[in-house]
Amino acid sequence: MYVAVKGGEKAIDAAHRLLSEGRRGDPSVPEITTEQISEQLALAVDRVMNEGSLYDRGLASLAVKQARGDLTEAIFLVRAARTTLARFGYTEPANTSAMLIRRRVSAAFKDIPGGQILGPTFDYTHRLLDAGFDRTSPSLVPETPSSEIPKVLAMLGQEGLIEQPQASGTAPGDVTQEPASFPMPRDQRLQTLARGDEGFLLSLAYSTQRGFGRTHPFAGEIRLGEVEIEFTPVELGFPVVIGEVTLTECEMINQFIGSADVPPQFTRGYGLGFGHCERKVMSMALVDRSLRADELGEERVAPAQDEEFVISHCDNVQATGFVEHLKLPHYVDFQSELILLRKLRAEANVMQEAAE
Amino acid sequence: MNVPAYNFAYLNEQTKRMIRRALLKAVAIPGYQVPFAAREMPMPLGWGTGGVQVTAAILTPEDTLKVIDQGADDTTNAVSIRRFFVKTAGVKTTEVTEEATIIQTRHRIPETPLTEKQTLVFQVPIPEPLRFLEPRETETRKMHALEEYGVMHVKLYEDIARFGEIATSYDYPALVNDRYVFDPSPIPKFDNPKLDNCPALQLFGAGREKRIYAIPPYTSVKSLDFEDYPFSIPRWEKPCEICGSRASYLDEIVTDDKGGRMFVCSDTDHCRKQKSAA
Repeated sequence: MYVAVKGGEKAIDAAHRLLSEGRRGDPSVPEITTEQISEQLALAVDRVMNEGSLYDRGLASLAVKQARGDLTEAIFLVRAARTTLARFGYTEPANTSAMLIRRRVSAAFKDIPGGQILGPTFDYTHRLLDAGFDRTSPSLVPETPSSEIPKVLAMLGQEGLIEQPQASGTAPGDVTQEPASFPMPRDQRLQTLARGDEGFLLSLAYSTQRGFGRTHPFAGEIRLGEVEIEFTPVELGFPVVIGEVTLTECEMINQFIGSADVPPQFTRGYGLGFGHCERKVMSMALVDRSLRADELGEERVAPAQDEEFVISHCDNVQATGFVEHLKLPHYVDFQSELILLRKLRAEANVMQEAAE
Repeated sequence: MNVPAYNFAYLNEQTKRMIRRALLKAVAIPGYQVPFAAREMPMPLGWGTGGVQVTAAILTPEDTLKVIDQGADDTTNAVSIRRFFVKTAGVKTTEVTEEATIIQTRHRIPETPLTEKQTLVFQVPIPEPLRFLEPRETETRKMHALEEYGVMHVKLYEDIARFGEIATSYDYPALVNDRYVFDPSPIPKFDNPKLDNCPALQLFGAGREKRIYAIPPYTSVKSLDFEDYPFSIPRWEKPCEICGSRASYLDEIVTDDKGGRMFVCSDTDHCRKQKSAA
C-alpha cells in the first residue's frame, strides 16, 4: 500500500528533536564547550573559517559543535551567518612580508635568510595511534615569533629568475558581491579558490602532479603566523590597525616560461588561507598555477586547467546543496517520467506483437 | 584503547613476503615496474612509503642502515625515517656510507662508490618515465610492452628545438639493460652515471603508485640522448666552500637577501670525509 507523505511539519519537528538528542549524545558524558573546540580542535575551526569565509573563531567553533563535527555543514552555517553581516568596507591588503612567523619552510633551498622554522607541524611525526598522548602534559616550548623575514621568492626575483607579479591596475573584485563570469580575472579566481573545498582542490592539485596538466612545482615558501590588519575609516583618512589574523601562505615556484623576447623565468602559483591550513594553500597554489594555462600560453588538456570546470565546482556549500537536494521530493517530475516510460513501453509492445 | 604491537620493522611477515616476491621479479626483469600491494604506513604517502616498505622487507637485525634525503643524513625526513627503523627494528644506523649495508635515499646517490655488499633503496614519487607524456597507465604499460619509446625521444628533441638542449635536469630517463626505459626517481642527472654498472643492488619503491623496480648489480644503464646532443652532467665553477671538493654535487645556500650565495656538498658524509682528509 502506498502511503502519501503528509504531516511534514510534525515530522520535521520530530526529526529535529532527534537531531538535538543525537548531537548531545549520551547525557552521562560531559558536554563539549565551544572553547574546547576552539582550543583543541583548532584546525577544524580554521577550516570552517576558511571555507566559511569569515574570520571568527567563536562562531566557527559554535558551528562545528552545532553541526556535530560535520565540517561542510559547519561551513554552511558560517556562510549563512556571514551573508547577514553589515559591510563597513575593505581593509588594506594584508602584508604577509611583515608576518610574525611561527612556521616557515622552503623546499627550494637548504638554508635561507631567517632560517627554516619547522614550528607546530604534523610533518615528520610517525602516525602511530597513541592512546597515551592526552594524559601526558605537554612540555612548554617557548615560542619566539621571529621578526620580519624576507621572502624566498623575492630573492629569486632579484636575479630575474622568477616572473614578477603584475598589478592589474584595477581594484580587486569581490566574488561575494558580484556574480561569476568567465574568463575570470586572477584575483577573483584566487578568492574563489580560497573559499573552495579543501578536498576538491587537493585532488585537483594532485591530478596536476600526476600528469593531468603538469606544473612542475617546488614549494618556494610556506609561512604561518600572525598579520596585522589595517583599515582606513573615512572619518580618519589614514589606516589604523583593527586586529590580527593568523594566515598560512604558500608561494609555489613552477617551471619556466620563456620566449624570443623574454629569457626563461620560473612562474608562480599562490595560496593564502585563514589559520593553519597548509594542505589547503598548497593545493590552492597548484590549482592557481594550472589555471593560468591560457595566460602563459599552455595547451589546456586537463580538468585542473579548465577554469570554468574548477571555479564552478569548487564551492562545497554549492556542491553539497545541489547533490543533497536529490533527497527533496521529486514526485511530480518522477511521475511524468513514469508516464512517459510506460507509454513508450506500451508502444514498443504493440510494435513487437505486430511484428510477430 | 588497545594499541597494537608491531612486528620487526613494522610490517607483518605476510606483507614482507609479498614485497620480497615483487622484489625478486623486479630483479629478474631489470627496469620493469612490478605492481605490488603497497600498504598504509604511519607516514604520509609521497613521503617515502615505497622506500620504507622495501627497506622493511629486506632489513635483518644484522644490517646497518643509513638514511639520506637530498644527500644529507640530517635532513628532517631522513631523520624521521631513520628514527622509524630504530624504533620498530632496533637496527644499527650510521652516517658513514662505507659502513652501511642498506642505504635508503631520496633524490641522491652517495658520492662514495658503492660495493657489492650494499643495497641502495630509492624513494620514488612517480615510477613511470612516460607519465608526463601519457597520463594513462593502460597506455604506458602497453608502450613498455611494445618497447615503444618514440614519444620520449620526440620530447627530448622538442626540448632541443625549444631550449637548445635537453631541458631535463633531474628525473632524467635512462635505458636499463637495453630494454626498459626507466625513471631513476628525481635524482639530479648528475647522479645518472652512478646507476650504470653499479656493484650494489639498486631497489626502487613507489608506495602511492604501488610499484617496485630494480637494477641488479653490474647492469647497464644508459641515459637517453642523441649522437649530436650527448648526455652531459653539470659542472660548478667553484669547489665546495667547506671541503674544496670539485667532484661532488653542490647545494646552493642563500646567505643573505642581497644575492649572497655559497655552494657546499649536498652529500654531508662525503663533505665531512673530504674535509678531515684535507
